[in-house]
Amino acid sequence: MDFAYSKQERRFQKELHDFLTKEVPTDIKSRMLGQIESESGQAFQRDFIKKLIEKKWMAVSWPKEYGGQAKPAIEQLLYAWELSYFHVSPGQTGMSVVGPTLIHFGTEEQKQTFLPMIARGEVTFCLGYTEPNAGSDLASLQTRADRDGDDWVINGQKIFTSGADRSDYCWLAARTDQSVPKHKGISMFLVDMKTPGISVQPLITLAGYRTNITYWDNVRVPASRLVGEVNRGWYYAAAALDFERIALFPWGRLEYEFDELVRYCKGTMRGGKPLSKHPEVRKRVAALSIEMSAMKLLAVRAAWMIGRNRIPNYEASMLKMFATEFQQRLSNAGMQIAGLFGLLPDGAPHAALDGLINYRYRYAVMPTFGGGSSELMRNIIAQRGLGLPR
Amino acid sequence: MNLDWSESQELLRKTARDFFARESPPAKVKQLEKTPARQDPDLWRKIASLGWLGLPFPEKYGGANGSFLDLVALLEEMGRAAIVSPFLSSVVLSGDLLLKAGSDAQKERLLPAIANGSAIVAVALCESDASYAPDDVQLTANLSSPLEGEELSKREPSALRGEGASVPPWRLSGTKLFVLDGLSADHFIVAARTKPGKGPAGISLFVVDATSPSITRAPLASFGGEAQAEVRFDNVIVPDDALLGPLHKGWPLVRAYLRRGALAMCAQMVGGAQQALDMTVAYAKQRIQFGRPIGSFQAIQHKCADMATDVDTARYLTYYAAWKQDAKQQNALEISQAKAWLSDAYRRVAREAQQIHAGIAYVDDHDLQLYFRRAKAGEVLFGDADFHLREVASLLKL
Repeated sequence: MDFAYSKQERRFQKELHDFLTKEVPTDIKSRMLGQIESESGQAFQRDFIKKLIEKKWMAVSWPKEYGGQAKPAIEQLLYAWELSYFHVSPGQTGMSVVGPTLIHFGTEEQKQTFLPMIARGEVTFCLGYTEPNAGSDLASLQTRADRDGDDWVINGQKIFTSGADRSDYCWLAARTDQSVPKHKGISMFLVDMKTPGISVQPLITLAGYRTNITYWDNVRVPASRLVGEVNRGWYYAAAALDFERIALFPWGRLEYEFDELVRYCKGTMRGGKPLSKHPEVRKRVAALSIEMSAMKLLAVRAAWMIGRNRIPNYEASMLKMFATEFQQRLSNAGMQIAGLFGLLPDGAPHAALDGLINYRYRYAVMPTFGGGSSELMRNIIAQRGLGLPR
Repeated sequence: MNLDWSESQELLRKTARDFFARESPPAKVKQLEKTPARQDPDLWRKIASLGWLGLPFPEKYGGANGSFLDLVALLEEMGRAAIVSPFLSSVVLSGDLLLKAGSDAQKERLLPAIANGSAIVAVALCESDASYAPDDVQLTANLSSPLEGEELSKREPSALRGEGASVPPWRLSGTKLFVLDGLSADHFIVAARTKPGKGPAGISLFVVDATSPSITRAPLASFGGEAQAEVRFDNVIVPDDALLGPLHKGWPLVRAYLRRGALAMCAQMVGGAQQALDMTVAYAKQRIQFGRPIGSFQAIQHKCADMATDVDTARYLTYYAAWKQDAKQQNALEISQAKAWLSDAYRRVAREAQQIHAGIAYVDDHDLQLYFRRAKAGEVLFGDADFHLREVASLLKL
């Protein structure tokens, strides 16, 4: 057993860290602008991608023939961790979902058209999966695509289509066969968001950033934009999770939040002494540090398995569940330690950590259901991990 | 990076699992728990014959020169089988204190004897506070015949250890509580006050023959199943060469002992928690209610998923701390993180295991109770979660 990073891994991590320290503004306010979810955050991401491309640090997980860097799994983990620590998104949809699926299942024309653009960060995607009546039971989705000549005609409604208002394309799941069991009649489409018939209506979240409802009214998509083969969409979506694991590791942002909380506790006087000298605060922060270490170790385990060509299955679900639930405990602890100052959001005078604590508390509500709920993760751990019957 | 056990460690794990299943099944463990000393000489001999009692010692003392991770592999299986034995006290802890601080003579006398099973050595630390803090150490060690007019506490250590000097023996008086394996021990390593007072200064360690007529021992019937004892030292005379390590400055050795004990405990607890989980999953698959295995209900599945998460996180926190130990890196923080986590995690796992088994495992002869009881004992031995959270806070420089 050996938990040490190799020399090469350590060098890569240091290079990344030094680069990000230099290039990402360090004060909290500008990091808040870097919030992945916000408008300004998205603009920051787009600009930053250019810098990553210059460093040859895009598509780190992709094969070389498609413009990728083919980095080993542990380096992918370090990459995602470092970037997310600095609020740079390591796994945008194009990079983490669209690209890998096209690499494995796309037509030659689709690969030629999309992969270079994605690798250069020139194109953005939103995910068209969830519908008002298809959340955890995604396979029951009802948005339909009907063949008409050389086109597919799409009708339906999607919800939580984050980024639909500013993406070039939608990676859309739609039903192409009504007569077969639900998993077997779904196809994936690459839909240009400028196509007539798409309308986007904003939904503002608890955390303040925007997501959307999208309406699809006789949207005509050329047949060449159906990904791979018809009715294989469900399997592509599932398989994409196995090729592309970088989206598994964005938890550096929690380490940042923890580090900032420690800084806050040391630098904030309460009752004549720093918060960090209050026994109850010390105990809470110590407990959080343990969950942080546990989370890191679960991430290291998943990455190591990928490196050994073992597919982390329940292990990936455990990481997702643990990290997102830890995030809630972490942000809640921050709020409780900050007390009344935690109630103040970004921009309000006296806000604790300039509103970071408040923002993260609101944000942390989402990840335990976004991208697969904690309940589904527990089902997977129990059924695939422990072999309990369905 | 490599998170697999080595081939030899895998072999050790498998051998140990088979051995304990065969030689120390739960029924036998429960019988042993009913005896005062809670030590099975027959099992101990068999373990000795496998060479495990010298696992961490250098070869010249009859050992196998094993790593700490080797010990973890073995301790995990001991925890899984919930065995009762002085392995932790004698091999993992006393042996290490002797290796760290013993004179050549002390090492040569005791380490081979520990390794071949002919001597059991136990550590006597806790007293009336049982707090693992230096103030708890109040047992006195006085030089038996001070020179006229001499104040003992002012005597220079060099005078005591002087070449060929004929030094009067020490007299130890006081009562130790929670001496793990105190009844089966042949020798004690005793923490004593060589200077009156409080705090870490003035504490020294002594190796004491446990069969001295001035020592009385009585069992403390811990419900956790481990062999606890109360040991009274009534003017026990020990020679000067019984001093282990530096005079008055024994506390750092005690700290090292506590950390090593905490980490070794973690390894046993990981094994126990895994076993409680495995038993529960097996039961949930075969127990039928409402016409279905209860393991098909999400209420049960989600509990099991949380148990598995507790076990996996505990496991890797423990392995990580153990790996750091072998890599000669500072690991006090990682040990306290692991022990604070396991103190709660094992108890949670054991409790949920009882809940899912329900009535059948509430009955006294069910094996699951072994783990429920071990979990609580493991929680408080070598520092509970509060103790280690305080350590973590200090080590994080909060």
